Amino acid sequence: MKTMAIFKRELKAYFESPVAYVFLVVFLVLTGFLTFSVTQFFERGSADLQPFFFWHPWVYLLLVPAGTMALWAEERRAGTIELLLTMPVTMTQAILGKFFAAWLFITIALALTFPIVLTTMYLGSPDLGVVAAGYLGSVLLGGAYVAVGMLTSSMTRSTVISFVLALVVCLVFLLAGWAPVTGFFDQWAPNWLVEAIAGLSFMPHFESIQRGVIDLRDIIYFISIMGFMIAATHVVLDNRKSA
Amino acid sequence: MLEVKDLRKQFGAVEVVKGVSFTVDKGEVLGFLGPNGAGKTTTMRMITGFLPATSGTVLVNGKDAVADPVAAKALMGYLPENAPSYHSMTVSGFLSFIAEVRGYRGSEKRDRIDAAIRQCRMEPVRNQSIGTLSKGFRQRVCFAQAILHDPPILIMDEPTDGLDPNQKHTVREMIRRMASTKAIIVSTHILEEVDAVCTRAIIINQGTIVANGTPATLRAQSPSGRLDDVFRMLTVGKDEQ
Repeated sequence: MKTMAIFKRELKAYFESPVAYVFLVVFLVLTGFLTFSVTQFFERGSADLQPFFFWHPWVYLLLVPAGTMALWAEERRAGTIELLLTMPVTMTQAILGKFFAAWLFITIALALTFPIVLTTMYLGSPDLGVVAAGYLGSVLLGGAYVAVGMLTSSMTRSTVISFVLALVVCLVFLLAGWAPVTGFFDQWAPNWLVEAIAGLSFMPHFESIQRGVIDLRDIIYFISIMGFMIAATHVVLDNRKSA
Repeated sequence: MLEVKDLRKQFGAVEVVKGVSFTVDKGEVLGFLGPNGAGKTTTMRMITGFLPATSGTVLVNGKDAVADPVAAKALMGYLPENAPSYHSMTVSGFLSFIAEVRGYRGSEKRDRIDAAIRQCRMEPVRNQSIGTLSKGFRQRVCFAQAILHDPPILIMDEPTDGLDPNQKHTVREMIRRMASTKAIIVSTHILEEVDAVCTRAIIINQGTIVANGTPATLRAQSPSGRLDDVFRMLTVGKDEQ
């Protein structure tokens, strides 16, 4: 129940400030623009959401760190972390409350893209199973970004630093399997390390779920990323020296 | 009752709190004095469980705060330095959050919030967002969250810092009103505060307790009988004197 109280406060905090509205509008306009204008949704003449989900890793890269940068950094800057952590709650309860609030917020933004599904259903007959899988993949991907953003937010009092760090870490996760990146590591790192880094990439897991293949391994992958980031946030907050 | 035994805190190679021990009983208001940087805030943060102690124990009503931090925190109210609160929330929204985190629901939650607002005289601003309030009111908002659960132990870090004389008077009145039913620690570097509210005072310097007694016995340590002189004598290095 205490996790719930923290979750509720955090979610309310998004909507009590302009952050939520700016975020939602930018998210919807940006995904709409990219889907319809850049990847030419209509001109393709195919009733699927592939051009829509294609952009999610990139839109999240820009926006999720903005949605998570304040989670802990703002508490540290304003000193409210001292109130929060002297309440009768465990660190884990506080972290989970915040994490799920931010994750739900991103999921709300994603849910508001439903008109694109209706549009596709009006124009043709999309495979709704694949659409649902696409959304599931996107929710999981969003959760992984949120977890990374929460970790970088716990490391600093500055929301700007938190934003930039989250963006860089997420970019590494996005590009880890990409040839130029593996090539860079290839020059000096042992083979197993290169493969381990490439295996950490968000992309193959997101893409396979998005194609409609719901493999338990992909789901476990995203949940492990979240679990690791949450545990790392716990360690960072335990070792802070002051507010 | 609060019992602190040989509390130490080390930041890297620097020991900031070097073995602090004291007790505070119900009905006592303990003044925690010392120059800036003496270790007052660090000590309070360890007692309230915000910072882990390097070593030492804190017993809250006989229970170990390190072994069961959640139970210990439930018995303490804490007003941190600079009275932080969530500025985008309204006064009642903020107190409602605190009440929920402290485990209150339904009518009991409402009663707790109303009582805290009444005690801190905030009825006129209860629906105002905290960011729009004056410093004195923000201080009272944070005070209200500290006493919402009527804790047996109340810890306040410079509760009157930066307030005008009228606001200081109000805060001291509130402390005095609660003194008989709680064990209270108030840190300050304003010496007039000691006479105004404290039944006993501790002076801490460079992480160690250098004096512990009633205001009268502390005063007796200086030929002039003034608390300022005692404070200077105990906290200023020989070469600076």
